[in-house]
Amino acid sequence: MSLKTILLLIPLLPLAAAAIAGLFRNQVGRAGSHWVAILGVGASFFLSAWVLYMQMFDGLGTQNLSIYTWMISDGIRFEVGFLIDHLSALMMTVVTFVSLMVHIYTIGYMADDPGYQRFFSYIALFTFSMLMLVMANNFMQLFFGWEAVGLVSYLLIGFWFKRDSAVSAGLKAFLVNRVGDFGFLLGIAGVLYCFGTLDYSQVFGQADSIVDKTVTLVPGFEWQWITVICVSLFIGAMGKSAQAPLHVWLPDSMEGPTPISALIHAATMVTAGIFMVARMSPLFELSDAALSFVMLIGAVTAFSMGLVGLVQNDIKRVIAYSTLSQLGYMTVALGVSAYSAAIFHLMTHAFFKALLFLGAGSVIIALHHQQDMRFMGGLRKQMPITWITAWIGTLALIGFPFMAGFYSKDSIIEAVHASTRFGSGVAYWAVLLGVLITSFYSFRLLYLTFHGKPRYRVDVGAGDHPPDGVLQHAPHESPLVVTIPLILLAIPSIAIGYMTIEPILFGGWLSDSINILPANDSVAVVGEHFHGPVAMATHALSTAPFWLMITGFVLATFMYMFRPAVAEQLQQKMPRLHRLLENKFYIDELYQKVFISRAINIGNGLWKRADAGLIDGVLVNGSGRLVNSLAARVRTWQSGFLFQYAFAMIVGLIGMIAFWVMLK
Amino acid sequence: MLTLTHFLTLGALMFTLSVAGIFLNRKNVIILLMCIELMLLAVNINFVAFSRFLGNLDGQVFVFFILTVAAAEAAIGLAILVVLFRNRQTINVAELDDLKG
Repeated sequence: MSLKTILLLIPLLPLAAAAIAGLFRNQVGRAGSHWVAILGVGASFFLSAWVLYMQMFDGLGTQNLSIYTWMISDGIRFEVGFLIDHLSALMMTVVTFVSLMVHIYTIGYMADDPGYQRFFSYIALFTFSMLMLVMANNFMQLFFGWEAVGLVSYLLIGFWFKRDSAVSAGLKAFLVNRVGDFGFLLGIAGVLYCFGTLDYSQVFGQADSIVDKTVTLVPGFEWQWITVICVSLFIGAMGKSAQAPLHVWLPDSMEGPTPISALIHAATMVTAGIFMVARMSPLFELSDAALSFVMLIGAVTAFSMGLVGLVQNDIKRVIAYSTLSQLGYMTVALGVSAYSAAIFHLMTHAFFKALLFLGAGSVIIALHHQQDMRFMGGLRKQMPITWITAWIGTLALIGFPFMAGFYSKDSIIEAVHASTRFGSGVAYWAVLLGVLITSFYSFRLLYLTFHGKPRYRVDVGAGDHPPDGVLQHAPHESPLVVTIPLILLAIPSIAIGYMTIEPILFGGWLSDSINILPANDSVAVVGEHFHGPVAMATHALSTAPFWLMITGFVLATFMYMFRPAVAEQLQQKMPRLHRLLENKFYIDELYQKVFISRAINIGNGLWKRADAGLIDGVLVNGSGRLVNSLAARVRTWQSGFLFQYAFAMIVGLIGMIAFWVMLK
Repeated sequence: MLTLTHFLTLGALMFTLSVAGIFLNRKNVIILLMCIELMLLAVNINFVAFSRFLGNLDGQVFVFFILTVAAAEAAIGLAILVVLFRNRQTINVAELDDLKG
């Protein structure tokens, strides 16, 4: 098999699996659909891993292949093609691995769901879309993948389409992403305008040429084209990667099934924005203003979303806010030109966040779809595997030394510290305090779920829909299809950071795809003090992030293990702050007032005035009425009296003759 | 001395008279038919007058054709009139409005 065939198979196998599982769902049946999807995605994973292996050890250089020319319009080529370098090979492997784990997990999680085949079809389709996105070698294919993952995300958030909340959450995700995508599209249009091509290599090759070009969008202000393009592209990333203020859809997306929350809304799709900015590093590097903007948005998200996570009671929502906060970390890293650190954190985060979500899903199955942590507690005895893997995920998330998250997060914090870009001081404090917050809410989740005394009771006669806090059966450990993915994800959550920090961050492994100006290279500054992963971990014991993390741990342990009343008291002492956080800074309400209610008013106005009034009333019915009334008058002329007809004929004849005579 | 103008004036007067007869008559279909005959005769006078003053006999030949047609028309018209009266018991023009849409 040639390399081209292999690269084509990687996205097409999941697509074929999606088509078979979806279109022939009755023929293949439930088991058939999951086998087809798992085989498709599994094969895709092994091929991706092979490509990554070839890139790492066999000297397979950057591959820029054009597969198919869709059309050529006015000299602009619209192509389907693959750009395979270290960055995309890494992304492909991470995406297909997490996707494979989630496929296996889904067998257990969705076992009783009537939409089983549909679900497998959707997630296989998601894998295809995400692969198209990361493998693209041009902006058009990137946009295709971008929109396709958005579509699948919408379909999966609204998977239980009989629930009103799921339907509106899907709609919200779709609409908020539309806002971001509008910026993204403008960015692509700007690229096309400035460079006249959509091909990555051509655009990046001549990126320097537009540094001096400016544009006046608002009279009196002149902007560099490159800044306009980069900010527009980043607005797209803000939508997809849920950065403030376009983050509102991600917490609501937890209405979807948990495997989806793990795969799409934590590990892969939401990192598409991070990946995109890293891919566009040759452009972003040229605009300090755009990078400062990226960094500040990321810092605000990392800090404020972590705060909101402190007060959530829904287990999935806590993890969702944690995801937002971690995406903020990655964005900050992008903003200080530490693209490799962002990609590194993206990778480690994909493993441990998928692990945490799947762990939460395992708890949710055990408690019969109870997601409220106030009705959990003490589950460590019944669910030891879930408990241990959740601990591993938590330790990785908070950045405990030697765990995956430690290396990536500490590198980001160090890189922000080393950066001299405008705003990096604020961003440093945001990511530093974020560590404390992360540690606190993570342990809060662990304690409320697995430790302490059970806050539910088991009542066999409670009926099919018992009230909150009552279970029909005692919880027990989930089946193997659920726990095996947990274990398989726990392994990289422990080890992947230790193993890969050196090549990815400081070995220049990503330098074939990421382009950093020497003056901006914050990772290189960090690298000067890097003496191997072990030294980094031991050195961390004397740094601020480590002790902030320990502080968070101690606070959470004190409040939720020993003095459960303290949380209650704090809540009563600071009602304003608590209400502010519980209502997520009232951003949803703000949007409701400013945009949504106005949009609804405009829609109502257009419907009543423009559609019912103007189009239906005046244009359609109005022209009918006009013909009617005219005809009613003209009709009386046809009297049926011969002499009147004759008169009219004569008069007409005389008139015509007179006219003719006068013309002569 | 009679000139062409006198004959043409007479023809025009007769034609106008017959047209006015068609418009103004509200009573009888027979009068309508008579007016049409008169109209044809007015045209005939024109033909004869031109024929005489231009020294060309073609016009008079035409008059014979017209007279023939007029006779045939009168016969058909009267026949229709008889049928009409048989069906409707009236030949009052004001009541014949079946063409009304």
